Amino acid sequence: MPPMSGKTLYDKIWDAHLVAEQDGEAILYIDLHLIHEVTTPQAFAGLRADRRPVRRPDRTLAVADHNIPTEGQAKGVGAVADEEARLQLQTLERNVKDYGIEFFPMGDVRNGIVHVVGPEQGRTQPGMTIVCGDSHTSTHGAFGALAHGIGTSEVEHVLATQTLRAKKAKNMRVTLHGAPAPGVGAKDFALAVIGEIGTAGGTGYVIEYAGEAVRALSMEGRMTLCNLTIEGGARAGLVAPDETTFAYLLGRASAPKAGAWDMALSYWKTLVTDEDAVFDREVVLNAADIAPLVTWGTSPEDVVAVTGSAPNPDQFAAADKKTAVQRALDYMGLVPGQAMTDAKVDVVFIGSCTNSRIEDLRSAAAIVEGRKVADHVRALVVPGSGLVKAQAEEEGLDEIFIAAGFDWREPGCSMCLGMNPDRLAPGERCASTSNRNFEGRQGRGGRTHLMSPAMAAAAAVAGHIVDVRDFLQGKSEA
Amino acid sequence: MKAFTRLDARGVPLQIANIDTDQIIPKQFLKTVEREGLSKGLFYDFRFDPEGKEKPDFILNRPEYQGAGVLVAGDNFGCGSSREHAPWALLDFGISCVISTSFADIFYNNCFQNGLLPVVLKPDEVAALMDEAKGGNHMVSIDLETQTVTSPSGKAFTFEIDAQRKTKMLKGLDAIGETLTAVTNIDVYEAKRALDQPWLERA
Repeated sequence: MPPMSGKTLYDKIWDAHLVAEQDGEAILYIDLHLIHEVTTPQAFAGLRADRRPVRRPDRTLAVADHNIPTEGQAKGVGAVADEEARLQLQTLERNVKDYGIEFFPMGDVRNGIVHVVGPEQGRTQPGMTIVCGDSHTSTHGAFGALAHGIGTSEVEHVLATQTLRAKKAKNMRVTLHGAPAPGVGAKDFALAVIGEIGTAGGTGYVIEYAGEAVRALSMEGRMTLCNLTIEGGARAGLVAPDETTFAYLLGRASAPKAGAWDMALSYWKTLVTDEDAVFDREVVLNAADIAPLVTWGTSPEDVVAVTGSAPNPDQFAAADKKTAVQRALDYMGLVPGQAMTDAKVDVVFIGSCTNSRIEDLRSAAAIVEGRKVADHVRALVVPGSGLVKAQAEEEGLDEIFIAAGFDWREPGCSMCLGMNPDRLAPGERCASTSNRNFEGRQGRGGRTHLMSPAMAAAAAVAGHIVDVRDFLQGKSEA
Repeated sequence: MKAFTRLDARGVPLQIANIDTDQIIPKQFLKTVEREGLSKGLFYDFRFDPEGKEKPDFILNRPEYQGAGVLVAGDNFGCGSSREHAPWALLDFGISCVISTSFADIFYNNCFQNGLLPVVLKPDEVAALMDEAKGGNHMVSIDLETQTVTSPSGKAFTFEIDAQRKTKMLKGLDAIGETLTAVTNIDVYEAKRALDQPWLERA
């Protein structure tokens, strides 16, 4: 017999969900289907047209997050000013009712950003396959679940069949050795990885994150890391489950209970990559080498240390790269060689499926406490869910933010993509904890610099991009 | 789904890398509950100024590119958000083939659900097509059966495509219908999982 190499975690989850193969395409069983108002109306319309039922409403969970306002949610969907958004929200309400799908409506304390809600409720569990019509579904990979975004046609397919037709991706492992310096965390790891492999570097791969620095991350940190996997081109990121994962899940509303918990736990403990498994690509970084990072341009790969400067197009040999860099600098209103800390910010946004969890808010509040937002800065905090908001309020974080001059909002996707009224005006520069610095993403002509919650909080106080390490003053962690 | 067999259409070069789906169709057009009519939002910020007036210099607004059916674009086309509104908008605008050196995974997948053909060619081939498409009014031909792109001057480039995806595109097959022919397999799988991993069953 030829020597067999072991299986990766991705291989194991894939194999465990293989229902059948048809014409060389896998039919993969889906354990959890998360849905929201923006990418589902056409899918339900398709089901209706073909008179198809939803196969497993019990494996489907709906939230309203993308276009909801972050103020006045208690007034209900009927009071949403944007007519199109209101119709989309009402369409979702009707669809979940018609098909018997569990739904946390706007204003429900359990509602929030879909990728915050799934884990928080214990619906996201190790070894599952999870899909959602949203590219940041990769977030759930933090639990050792195979999770990725799908399009609306595939949403319809999953609703009708509880399966997805898929081709297997290649395996990549990103190992982060060592321990990070104070002020450096999961967001910086993720940006460092994207900076290293490029925004298309992960195309065709599933990335497993490994190494001491990953093991040392909380679940919130792992979610940030896996969330940004798609910005490196890979549809899914994975972290093998461990005691940190199990401790997070224990006691959550939808986590297994009693005897079922023990059964689940013994299965979850098998969800590791075999020692002799071979990856198609390996990337190794040392966490100690990573500085607090910011993006300077209009792609998440445009990463630079906060102590660095905007690039000079002449540094690049290829003509098209030169043009692309110049185009990004022009859009961002930066000049070649300009120190990043010279960039004055107009807006600070702390929120999004990347960084709106309790730990993110704690790390931002720790910087803000006893300080004031600079006079010219408009700053807002948008908690990831009603439960995150409630927890933060219990800890008094809301008072810290409000005292400093932040707006304390209600949960939703908000300014990450500006589908609701929270948007940048043309030319406004934003220090943002979100995931995309694309042209126009946060509002037409808006200029986004991605960074960690602590870095964004520091920028709010300083009024410009600033090294969070200048704010730590004896604090051991940002 | 509409079948794709062969296309002879005007080519339009868009020489920008990493065109993301936010650029293909910005957020404000995602609030629809329909699949149709999205062409109005296609490349909105490129095509229109903040007052909503057409920018005459943008390539898709130039008269010599009117009615273009083939978009030749830079690397990593369609990265970012999973919004299927991106292929819907391209199709609604009349573009049913995009040629690039590479595509982002989710966008690539979404194309095949809608009869929009994404073609991957080598960098020098894409560069040649871009060059030939300049000046407008140049026809590009794509033949899916023979997996060939023919440039305006008659240069032929072959491309790779997954055999199953090709068949489905050629016939315009419905994926759900096909999967449901394996519904017994799904039933069996679910029954087995309910026994093996009972914690996944919600009361």
